[in-house]
Amino acid sequence: MSDLTKLTMAEARDGLRKKAFTALELTDAFLSAIEQANPVLNAFVLPTPEHARAQAKESDKLIAAGKARPLEGLPIGNKDLFCTKGIRTTACSKILDDFKPPYESTVGQNLWDAGAVMLGKLNNDEFAMGSSNETSAFGSVVSPWRRRGADGKLSADKLVPGGSSGGSSAAVAADLCLAATATDTGGSIRQPAALTGTVGIKPTYGRCSRWGIVAFASSLDQAGPIAKTVRDAAMMLKAMASHDPKDSTSVDAPVPDYEAAIGLGVKGLRVGVPREYRVEGMSKEIEKLWDDGIRWLKDAGATIHDITLPHTKYALPAYYIVAPAECSSNLARYDGMRYGLRVNGENLIDTYEKTRAAGFGKEVRRRILIGTYVLSAGYYDAYYLKAQKVRTLIKRDFDEAWGKVDVVLTPTTPSPAFAFGEKTGDPLAMYLEDIFTVTVNMAGLPGMSVPSGLSSQGTPLGLQLIGKPFDEETLFRTAQVIEDAAGRFRVPAKWWMKG
Amino acid sequence: MQVDEATVRRIARLARIKITDTEAKALEKELSGILDWVRQLDEVDTASVEPMTRVVAQKLKMRDDVVTEGDIADAVTANAPMTDDHYFVVPKIVE
Repeated sequence: MSDLTKLTMAEARDGLRKKAFTALELTDAFLSAIEQANPVLNAFVLPTPEHARAQAKESDKLIAAGKARPLEGLPIGNKDLFCTKGIRTTACSKILDDFKPPYESTVGQNLWDAGAVMLGKLNNDEFAMGSSNETSAFGSVVSPWRRRGADGKLSADKLVPGGSSGGSSAAVAADLCLAATATDTGGSIRQPAALTGTVGIKPTYGRCSRWGIVAFASSLDQAGPIAKTVRDAAMMLKAMASHDPKDSTSVDAPVPDYEAAIGLGVKGLRVGVPREYRVEGMSKEIEKLWDDGIRWLKDAGATIHDITLPHTKYALPAYYIVAPAECSSNLARYDGMRYGLRVNGENLIDTYEKTRAAGFGKEVRRRILIGTYVLSAGYYDAYYLKAQKVRTLIKRDFDEAWGKVDVVLTPTTPSPAFAFGEKTGDPLAMYLEDIFTVTVNMAGLPGMSVPSGLSSQGTPLGLQLIGKPFDEETLFRTAQVIEDAAGRFRVPAKWWMKG
Repeated sequence: MQVDEATVRRIARLARIKITDTEAKALEKELSGILDWVRQLDEVDTASVEPMTRVVAQKLKMRDDVVTEGDIADAVTANAPMTDDHYFVVPKIVE
């Protein structure tokens, strides 16, 4: 049998329907790929082979009975930010210790109800705070991609898979799962997708329920998939999205069939190119990538329009007030009393302080402190209120743009994948990774990253599409045009495999 | 905006995170750097702008005030570091 792990999700669905292989065979193929790769790539923090095989067997029964559900028997990875009933969930933080949730996240439940098989829990930056997956308590994830030197040989330097959904992006790129769940607060789906040649979509705020997802910044957090192709991402999002009475910010609106939007083309579609995204010091290859994207859409019948989003440069500083402020409130619950780690001190306050010092990593502590500062007495108006007002202006920029265009095209990241430690010394350098993605969260819009080319060193680059609220369908049809023009980008060698 | 060591210690106390002397020194520099950088928002005139409260306008749904899930004390206390007969055991609070 050919290597089943190389299939796209849509191809695997077809194969199962035609009974070319069973769900158990497909699942076993991924489990053995994970067993080989994980000691090197560290994408999974908890493989769940027994759970996966039990789900696959159930799927095979339903397929045999002609009762297959939309994602029947399709193996996926689940970011460790999603609570899994009875299965350890840590947000890749020491503070959650050996936490076994007594409930399942709504997004996860939707996927299992659609027939998907969970292969395990995926690594991420601690509490989803990071852009390189270097802040995880379980250690960094290694990208399956490697740079190609001038001699044409692959370098042994370890590259980051992006973050915070670095386990998701690496696992999908390395064929360790068909697709993966992910979350995006400032770019955590789109940036890792761009750095690994995968497709990632953050839907409109409210499209997916946040219930049962470990909270970081509640007004920005949103779940979405990372997948191998645009079609696969459409299959995943359709299953993940729903209205949920348990999340008051989830929207009660029908979820369209995103797959049906693929293939509609972009004839007559108005594509906006915001001049403010041509930032100083942007690399030549990113500029070329952007020009390629513009050309592909134009060739497919779209019209291109220069637009202006004047408050773009203020999105990142405003984000670094809003996100830490909400993080400091959300993470106040980790007090060592009801679940997770407890380090005993001399009295109650000492116990709190020792527990939180031992349980939270450096970046998480830094963000809690910033958030505590901007929310502290006397500073609220100057920081948090100011940032929320700037947010109104950022959203207004987009509202005005929607009068002229249907979708916005930008690069996803300012530069290609970087090596370990390259940006860990200076928090501000790491924060700049999110410069093109963060505006989308601030305005609550849907955003998608599509693989669009390779850097001069042979590593992937992505283009970002930004849409109107709840118009994910336009993102899917536009993304498909880019994928058709650019082709797919696979890792050149599975160097982690033995023999 | 410069954050001094005393402020760092005050915030850390408010956030209930113990910090060492070395950490306090490093944080003084890091927090000042980040807070200086976000001050560029002062360039934006927001005098007549309303702060954003929701990204998508929608009316909050009301539900009946009833118990929907009960009798799950086992599940609620299952992950606690210390429990006794469905109670969370915590350090002494009142002397």
